[in-house]
Amino acid sequence: MEYEPVIGLEVHVQLKTESKMFCRSKNAEADGPNEHICEVCTGQPGVLPVINREAIKKTIMAGLALNCEIAEYSKFDRKNYFYPDLPKGYQISQFDQPINGKGYMEITINGEVRRIGVTRAHLEEDAGKLVHPPGQNYSLVDFNRSGVPLLEIVGEPDIRSPEEARIYLQELQNLMRYLGVSDADMEKGHLRCDANISLRKSEVGSRKSELPDYKVEVKNMNSFKAVADALSYEIKRQGKILDEGEVPEMETRGWVEDKGITVSQRSKEESQDYRYFPDPDLPVMHFTKEWIEEIRRLLPELPQARKLRFIAEFALSETDAKTLVSYKELADYFEEVVSEFDEWLAAEHIKFDKADHGAHTRLAANWLLGQFLALLNQRKLLPKESKVTQENFAELIKLIGEGKVSQLAAKDVFAKMFATGEDPSNLLESMGLAQVSDEETLEKAVKKVISENPKGVADVKANPKAVGFLIGQIMKELGGRGNPQIINELLKKELDL
Amino acid sequence: MELHELTIKQASEKLARKEISSVELTQAHLSRIKQLEPKLHAFLYVAEREALDGAKRADQLIAEDENFLLTGIPYAVKDNILVSGMKTTAASKILENFVAPYEATVIKRLGGIGSVVLGKTNLDEFALGSSTENSAFGPTFNPYDTTKVPGGSSGGSAAAVASGEAIFALGTDTGGSIRQPASFCGVVGLKPTFGRVSRYGLVGIGSSLDQAGVLGKTVEDAFLVLQQMAGKDESDSTCLPKELPDYSKFLDRGVKGLKVGLPKEYFAEGIEPEVKKLVEAAAKKLQEQGAEISEMSMSNASLPLATYHLILPVEISSNLSRYDGIRYGLSAAGENLSEVYYKSRSSGFGSESKRRIMIGTYASSAGYFDAYYKKAKQVQTLIKQEFIDAFTKYDLLLTPTTPTTAFSIGEKAADPLAMYLADILTVAANISGVPAISIPAGLSQGLPVGVQLIAAHFREEILLQAGHALEKALNFKLEPNL
Repeated sequence: MEYEPVIGLEVHVQLKTESKMFCRSKNAEADGPNEHICEVCTGQPGVLPVINREAIKKTIMAGLALNCEIAEYSKFDRKNYFYPDLPKGYQISQFDQPINGKGYMEITINGEVRRIGVTRAHLEEDAGKLVHPPGQNYSLVDFNRSGVPLLEIVGEPDIRSPEEARIYLQELQNLMRYLGVSDADMEKGHLRCDANISLRKSEVGSRKSELPDYKVEVKNMNSFKAVADALSYEIKRQGKILDEGEVPEMETRGWVEDKGITVSQRSKEESQDYRYFPDPDLPVMHFTKEWIEEIRRLLPELPQARKLRFIAEFALSETDAKTLVSYKELADYFEEVVSEFDEWLAAEHIKFDKADHGAHTRLAANWLLGQFLALLNQRKLLPKESKVTQENFAELIKLIGEGKVSQLAAKDVFAKMFATGEDPSNLLESMGLAQVSDEETLEKAVKKVISENPKGVADVKANPKAVGFLIGQIMKELGGRGNPQIINELLKKELDL
Repeated sequence: MELHELTIKQASEKLARKEISSVELTQAHLSRIKQLEPKLHAFLYVAEREALDGAKRADQLIAEDENFLLTGIPYAVKDNILVSGMKTTAASKILENFVAPYEATVIKRLGGIGSVVLGKTNLDEFALGSSTENSAFGPTFNPYDTTKVPGGSSGGSAAAVASGEAIFALGTDTGGSIRQPASFCGVVGLKPTFGRVSRYGLVGIGSSLDQAGVLGKTVEDAFLVLQQMAGKDESDSTCLPKELPDYSKFLDRGVKGLKVGLPKEYFAEGIEPEVKKLVEAAAKKLQEQGAEISEMSMSNASLPLATYHLILPVEISSNLSRYDGIRYGLSAAGENLSEVYYKSRSSGFGSESKRRIMIGTYASSAGYFDAYYKKAKQVQTLIKQEFIDAFTKYDLLLTPTTPTTAFSIGEKAADPLAMYLADILTVAANISGVPAISIPAGLSQGLPVGVQLIAAHFREEILLQAGHALEKALNFKLEPNL
């Protein structure tokens, strides 16, 4: 039978702040265990938490970007449970008055815009980390992470496929980076995702709004791919059970990456009572409209707005603009290349009209999204980590635009630039790839090829589309460095086409 | 006068005039401790070396004129307040070997390097109790009669001040834990407004009720200490940035024109006649000094104790979760994680702590939370409002601190409910957050009786004004026969 998946994601995002959520310990990567700790984040007797204002601000920034209702009054609650990574025996979290209430995020999948609801986005403190030395009968606790501010974004069950889940996560990651509230690196655990998934019959006329009366929670997915894979696995697994007329068990399952399966971790019947109650150590927070508006004004440009600007300002296609902005660092790099290019225009007193300028910025985007991105991905580098400076990149675009290098030859030049960081004009010289645009030289070559290839000429006269052979011969004559556009024009003139 | 009889005021003047040194003063108290501890057991740890080191530094500061009023004054600290480098046990097996890794804010404020901490005083385990019998390390005995309890939970601090082992002592008060033992031991016990003094470094039990305060020989002494330790603390967000008055200005203001209410519910059934008589006599004294005394009613007076025994256990059940045998304190080996928790906590906590943890866990469980904790918080609002309303008409309320004088050791130990009733007149100040002080009103059959004064939020100065006037008018000096 055909089923429709019903998926909701719970995403934890570690906020980037100077200090931890409730103490002065650093919120930073550490070289060793238990470096960034103090009496507060290790739960010593007598300690008290103090709210990190920066974390609150970043939480509200995220809430605004996710179109959430921001609470006027909010508070922290204690979630009580025992675990060795939880030093106080309770986690300070938010229960019934989260900072951010209902909101949504829009994603585009197969050209269709889908609105994924956000139930809430609340702030809490992270726990420490357990380390299990292999072959030992003890475990160790590292409290570096303990007390780090954590934004939990609870999504509505609006996601309908593993691919949608992946896109939602990537967009969320991108949004957090735009906001500067988190590095949101999944591999480093800055961004963690749990999923709730169930299936319902996808019959025509079925009441789509009805949720299945069971759900399965999936944990332990440490990459975008793992999320998509685990969900695909669950869709198959649950489908089989439903086909047999059974209902999948309500439980928490863990994704086992190397086996590509999920396994049962705990049944929902054993679910804990966390005995939430307001943390008496912390005051109720009051957010005035003025303060929220102040934060709203401070929001950086977000991907959607940036995409529209890229289309308007740089004449990019919708697809290119979207691809660029969805990779913040690449979009930043792109803007820097354009600004280097504009500087050069200004320095040389060149005035481009909008169409000319747009042609160049489009060219730059093509190069960024083509060879540059491919090379970056291959080497797992961020744009800024590559050896190609924005200035050299802009120069290459300029050289292509001036016809001083063919697109084809430019590929070799760029590969060399990426490898060595050399300047493109120097490379053109040293690699002997500078394009010949000098009409006299070109005309000579054209004439020579016409006189030596009567059959080719006859073919072209019969069928103008067969011009490729002659151009190839001319290029050969010029060692591959002739400007194809000029050659084309000269050839047409000579043959009266 | 012997050195151990001095008040802060007197000792401080002698130190400033260099008639005595802090080392001499400290030695006098240390030898007093040596002499009396076998009888009283007020201390869990006597910090002889640390105290003498502190005294030497204090003398240095005094010599360089860099001292302030409390420099070189030896004092005792309830063992649920962290003094860096000293053991802090909260009188519990589970923290028996726990050494404080940092300093409580109140300790920092009391003097830094010139501070002379004589040691850590006994208490009911985690300050849960009214007799100091719940200490895992044995009870403290009342200096007036060693067959009697000193009250609790700050029983060690009260006994130490009453007996001259310390010039003053710090205590904590969650439901009466400073005032009730002060009353039983014939000393002054001051519980400031919730939010007046930092709680950072107090082993927390009832986070919304706990407050650090002072046990001293006189009202003036108690305020000399409060002046130093009160005020906003960046580490405690419930400690409010209220302006701290210069208390010395209020010392001699007298009570002329002060409106004092005697809530009739606090003088009703269950109050020993002799206690009632002495407290009424104290009220009379204030009247003679010019205060306007009138009977009034606090109709919600029956509610605070029940409210307290819901709010406090819920907070306790959460606050004591950190004692899990993982990072510090008692840790029992087990086959698995649950067993480590189970064994560590079973053997580490005493029965009163366990009782409160269980009550609190129950009252905050899903399905019960609304009926118990939430309801109690609503009632708390009512109680608080009644106090706020009362203080629009009265400057001060005057009540007995406790219904009886000190009871016998063992008398109520097996009956938790009877023990809980010992706090019946003191808990309201914690539930409503207002400041209150217990002042000796006299002796009943050789045992001290305390009178309690209660003022509006952050109006501690009225307690000083009236308390000092009362002391002067009563004009007696209590001294245990040791």
